[in-house]
Amino acid sequence: MERDDIIEYSLDTHHDEATGVQLRKKIWKVTGLLTLITAIEVVIGATIHQDHNLWQMVKWGFIILTVVKAFFIVMSFMHLGDEKKTLRYVILLPYFIFIIYLIFILLTEGNAVHAALKAIGF
Amino acid sequence: MSNHNETQTDSATAWGGKVSPFSTSYGKLMMWFFLVSDALTFGGLLIAYGFTRHACQVAWPIGEETFNSLPFLGHGYPLLYVALMTFILIVSSVTMVLAVEAGHRMDKKGVQKWMLATIVGGLFFVGSQAWEWYHFIHGSEFGKIELADGSKAIVKGHFGEIKDFTVVEAGKHHHKGAVIKEDLLHQFHHAIEHGKLKNDTITLHDGSKALVHRAKDEHVVLVIKEDGLKYKTGQHVEKGADKIYHEVINSGTPHRVIYGANLKANEYGPTQYAQFFFFITGFHGFHVFSGVVFNFLIFLKVVEGRYHRRGHYEMVEKTGLYWHFVDLVWVFVFTFFYLV
Repeated sequence: MERDDIIEYSLDTHHDEATGVQLRKKIWKVTGLLTLITAIEVVIGATIHQDHNLWQMVKWGFIILTVVKAFFIVMSFMHLGDEKKTLRYVILLPYFIFIIYLIFILLTEGNAVHAALKAIGF
Repeated sequence: MSNHNETQTDSATAWGGKVSPFSTSYGKLMMWFFLVSDALTFGGLLIAYGFTRHACQVAWPIGEETFNSLPFLGHGYPLLYVALMTFILIVSSVTMVLAVEAGHRMDKKGVQKWMLATIVGGLFFVGSQAWEWYHFIHGSEFGKIELADGSKAIVKGHFGEIKDFTVVEAGKHHHKGAVIKEDLLHQFHHAIEHGKLKNDTITLHDGSKALVHRAKDEHVVLVIKEDGLKYKTGQHVEKGADKIYHEVINSGTPHRVIYGANLKANEYGPTQYAQFFFFITGFHGFHVFSGVVFNFLIFLKVVEGRYHRRGHYEMVEKTGLYWHFVDLVWVFVFTFFYLV
């Protein structure tokens, strides 16, 4: 049964051909960017190895590039950038809180367990 | 075009069943909530992977060493295949956005076209992952070896091709002098794993013994992955490497060489590595597979014209959200499994 008392938010997002052209231009731009980042990652990954003295820098570079890619996918492809600010925070805040906390815990605990197992000669 | 984002809302209208607090439809909001929880699941898995990797005592496998093959072309192409997979998934994400965009213009043909492209891209990705798993499970031609001093090493180089086995001692199925030319590499690996290769003579399943005719290995390098008495992790042994390798596979001792991967052992590194690889890429692959199924169901309804009659293509947008999420997860899996 269709209800007529609900506001159809879905209709708000309708747009005309001119806006469509603009949007598609933006989509292709983001595509180019994502492809470029991936290509750079692969080239660096295949040339600079883990025993290289630049490795620590490269590793963090990879992680930053990953977050950049994720940002563009979420904000542009998933249109989170166009949603209300409150919704944006409801979705993103759990990560800023939990994931950063969990990364901290994994590094601390992981290294502690590593040291402990080494100490008992495991 | 009205804009409800500007609609005045107070607590009565906001929660009275008329206006959503986030100015989004119920379905879209719930899809976002699902994605938040699913992302936390993947987050948890990757955190567990990171923890294990940091706590682990032996060298963790390196992406460009483990994944360096291309279909039909063999080895020596570090990360290219997975880069291709990543590219396929990104492109299919792009076609999905284009489908959503076409939906906003009520362009049914456009939605159909781009959704179909997305489904094809998704199938290509799942297929690629199947190949990747097959390759991961079967492993390299050389395998991982345990040296005489107790250290363990992966082997790089050009594997000497096996030409044939000539039977020198008859068994149940083969008579003396017979030449076997089928399934050679598999039998060769199986025999070595079970310590059934000695002096280049292989003991086959049926008990017959055969001489292995194999070309010489070239450019062999042993990369030490676990410390022994003589060799230490990270060391590259080049001098006499082919001789050492030959000795190990001919030692007649079972389990000195490991090929490929299963849940108990793998040639790439610690056991947990393959377990996490199977679980995380498997869980992601299952997401891709379900995404393809959802996309296909929505595609059928687009073709049928249901959304056009409804006046909007929001269902395409919702399944699109899920599809982008799958791409998003892959971006992280790609970094943590293959790059760092």
